[in-house]
Amino acid sequence: MSSIPSPIPVLSPLRMQRHPRAVVVLTVALLFAGGGLMMHAESQIQVLGLLAAFLAMFAIADRTPLGQDVVAICGDYSGFANGVAFVCALGLIAVFRGEHYTLLMLATVALFSTACIALNLQLAFAGIANFAGAAFFVLGSYTAAVLTAYAGIPHLMILAVSGIVTGAIGVVLLLPVLRTRGHYAALVTIAFGLLLRSLLEVNDTLGGPQGMKIKGFSIFGLDFNRVSSVGPWDVSFYLPYAVLSICILAVAFTLIRRIERSWIGIALDTVRSDETAASVFGLSIARWKVVAFLIGNAVIGVAGAVYGMMNGFVTPNGSGLGDSLLMLSIIVLGGLGNFWGAVVAAMVILVIPEKLQAIQEFRLLIFALLVLGILLFRPSGILPRPIRDLSRFIGRPGADA
Amino acid sequence: MDVGILAQQLFNGLMLGVIYAMIAVGFSLFFGVLDVIKFSHGDVVTVGAFSSLGAAGLAGGLVALPPVLALASGIAAAVAIGALAGVIIGRVLVLPLRHAPGVNVLLATLMAGTVLREAIRLGVPNGGNPKPFPALLPGGSIKAGSFSAGIDSVMILAAGLLLVLGTHLLITRTRFGLAIRAVAQDGEVARLSGIDFQTVVLGTFALGSALAAFAGCMLGLYYREINFNMGVLLGIIGFASAVVGGLGSMLGPIIGGFLFAGVQTLVVVALPVSSAYKDVIAFAAIIVLIAIFPTGLIAERRSERV
Repeated sequence: MSSIPSPIPVLSPLRMQRHPRAVVVLTVALLFAGGGLMMHAESQIQVLGLLAAFLAMFAIADRTPLGQDVVAICGDYSGFANGVAFVCALGLIAVFRGEHYTLLMLATVALFSTACIALNLQLAFAGIANFAGAAFFVLGSYTAAVLTAYAGIPHLMILAVSGIVTGAIGVVLLLPVLRTRGHYAALVTIAFGLLLRSLLEVNDTLGGPQGMKIKGFSIFGLDFNRVSSVGPWDVSFYLPYAVLSICILAVAFTLIRRIERSWIGIALDTVRSDETAASVFGLSIARWKVVAFLIGNAVIGVAGAVYGMMNGFVTPNGSGLGDSLLMLSIIVLGGLGNFWGAVVAAMVILVIPEKLQAIQEFRLLIFALLVLGILLFRPSGILPRPIRDLSRFIGRPGADA
Repeated sequence: MDVGILAQQLFNGLMLGVIYAMIAVGFSLFFGVLDVIKFSHGDVVTVGAFSSLGAAGLAGGLVALPPVLALASGIAAAVAIGALAGVIIGRVLVLPLRHAPGVNVLLATLMAGTVLREAIRLGVPNGGNPKPFPALLPGGSIKAGSFSAGIDSVMILAAGLLLVLGTHLLITRTRFGLAIRAVAQDGEVARLSGIDFQTVVLGTFALGSALAAFAGCMLGLYYREINFNMGVLLGIIGFASAVVGGLGSMLGPIIGGFLFAGVQTLVVVALPVSSAYKDVIAFAAIIVLIAIFPTGLIAERRSERV
């Protein structure tokens, strides 16, 4: 009965080689070195060169047997690769410890990646189109702003409360949609985004168009905004925020990856791909949609709260439809359901317009056109999510008892 | 309340309602023939408004034509460019993606809307700021007690009502309308009985988009100001009207549009202090209405094919 296929099928010389973990470490380290250079690059030529190098690497990984082997090895050791990536991210922070701007950008990319992974849970797994990602992000910031201003509760708890508030508002928003079929979630979330933005702009207690100030994060008596040195090194006060953001990304990544790999993920896939079949098998469509929407928005809210605290202020500006579409561009460019794709795309979409000032004004137009092209010519995204293959569980002892 | 003010509010509500209905009819048409929701529809309204502004400005400013001809060229430009935009979106995006997951079509049309919006913002000189719209209709007003309506507004209202009625007649009385209804009922069978599927679908897109573009032109004439992102709001309201009235039916979106305008006017009348919250209440109303009427007032009859 035990016919579990070996995790590494024999395909090519490289796959049989004896140090697959070394391949993983080298690949991940190379990618992070490139990413770090990209964030640090000063001149436009450097940025364009790095972009070209990334495109070349992507082509190699996609087209040549060697590249495909490396990708497959990283896939086989994905847990290990993720661990290496975490260490590499901390390494980047250590390298850029004194540079405010690079660290700010690194933390921003990490927080937006967190939000986009959460959006992936909603759109790619559960099939709920959430066109208010940026609104929930800003909602998390506003919750943190109000709580730091008016309530003396520990900041770690403020992050949790921000998550709970955004998650709860999301569920209230989803309730009307559960009575419908089709894509009314899109309409309701767009309406919510516009509602929130006009509400924040006219409401004086929340600061109106000027927004609100937010106190910095502090934990166990350590005020993040006052950090200026760690041991013998002078560091930027963005350093603790960068570490916190990377940790939040890691937690969200692990959590949502666990959900995807568990029976919850299977239930979500079923609900998305065929509601009728799902209900025939006794899955509650409403319940699974609520679960995905709740967890997703809670994660977005926490990321938004940290982002607000890092910046020290929040305005209604970021909550519009444009920014929500930017988040969706990230997950489509990265490939629906592909988490590392989302991280890479977040870096490309957030960093490149900052570095190439010439396209800053045109970024929405460019990304909208890019997304249109991808939807037309590569509908599952640049790095598609692999189809779930459960065949290897079928023969497992006890599975069919 | 005095009868005149009541009539005044009723008039304002009708005015808004006819514009919403014109936009909502498009949503319902597209949903009928292809079962897709085209979220770039609101931005087609903006495209119509800006192309009529451009054409009218060109005709009135450079060539110094009388306002009537400037108006005519403005309307012609709005209708032509709007219909063209609709056909292009239908041909390039919606038809090829018709068998893709629904979310992809949704995202594609939203991104197409973003492209239109950003193209206007970046392409029109000083496009990020509101643009004044010329007064091309005759001035003067009709007064009765405390009721007063500009002649231009009356003309806009009459034109809108005529167009909505005309579209209704087109759908119910002509061969083209018959073809649209056949495709909406069952595209495969319609094709088998010799209907050119693609022409009908693209014709429907042209019709719906031309109506939306004309609504954009009317909005410019009515408010005397247009904005590159006015389509977002109008698209949402138009879609909500179509949903509340019943997607896929013809009368539904018209009723929905007037209902929606009625709610908005009522909010402004009942809560004059909070006009800043008008949009907030409008969006909240959309969310609540979907909760109350998930399939619309005139529900589409459909069964699940398993």
